[in-house]
Amino acid sequence: MSGAENNIHLHEMFHIAGGNFTNAGSISSQVKKILKEAGFSSRVIRRTSIATFEAEMNVICYASRGNLSLFITPDFLKIVVEDEGIGIPDVDLAMQEGYSTASERIHELGFGAGMGLSNIKNNTDGMILTSKFGQGTHLEFLISLEGEDKSVPLLNAGG
Amino acid sequence: MTVSDIVKSFGLKIRAGKNRLDEEVRGGYTGDLLSDVIAHSRKGNIWVTIQTHPNIVAVATMKELAGIILTGGREPDSETLRKAEEEGMPILVSSLLAFELTGKLYQMGISGMG
Ligand SMILES: Nc1ncnc2c1ncn2[C@@H]1O[C@H](COP(=O)(O)OP(=O)(O)OP(=O)(O)O)[C@@H](O)[C@H]1O
Ligand SMILES: [Mg+2]
Repeated sequence: MSGAENNIHLHEMFHIAGGNFTNAGSISSQVKKILKEAGFSSRVIRRTSIATFEAEMNVICYASRGNLSLFITPDFLKIVVEDEGIGIPDVDLAMQEGYSTASERIHELGFGAGMGLSNIKNNTDGMILTSKFGQGTHLEFLISLEGEDKSVPLLNAGG
Repeated sequence: MTVSDIVKSFGLKIRAGKNRLDEEVRGGYTGDLLSDVIAHSRKGNIWVTIQTHPNIVAVATMKELAGIILTGGREPDSETLRKAEEEGMPILVSSLLAFELTGKLYQMGISGMG
């Protein structure tokens, strides 16, 4: 992994406050802005924004607090989301479309279709979800940059 | 058919994105759960919803939808309007309820398939 780690040209970390619906979506829009300014293709921006939005919303909906980190390397984007909170007792069940433990209040705000994790899966090129019930959840996913224009300035900076 | 044609046909109120109304509408989606809309809407769809908070703009922009119609006379939050102007996303308001408006859009030739 050390070879790949040396090639990280951007690493940013964002804090997510659980239960803070007022700023919901702000981290995924910041990530989107970074990728837009870096010049990535609309496909990469769309897929990353969707997956990041869903990951951010899950921390807001279900956890106490979390951090979302964005890594940009020449070959892929990687997002790591770690949270402290109730965790997920059955990860396979949580991954199923339509499965949701969202409260009535969360539903009214437009969340709780049970589609978030499968949207992440369908818009990324690899996803790992692990959780310790009662402690927290670790989610990471990759977006491949294969076929992307390698003249994206961020990928050349500092190399 | 464009967003503007829909505005005229149903007397919708334009709340944001008035410069983007010539966008071609290809199909539509009706729903209030954002992840469901993310999963099932398609590029160019017109989106019928009762949600009024700023994340509807984030979802519509990510999915490259043609515009958002709020039903039942619901008005967008002020932050939603600010974001919609920034992104150039049309936000329209109809006094009809979702089922009624969706049916009329369908009759007009806008199908569920993008
Ligand atoms: N970070 C998390 N911490 C604790 N539980 C989680 C977390 N993420 C997901 N879950 C659990 O997994 C379930 C399914 O998550 P998923 O994102 O697929 O759907 P949802 O959040 O319920 O609804 P939607 O994403 O469609 O708005 C959630 O209802 C919740 O029980
Ligand atoms: Mg979710």
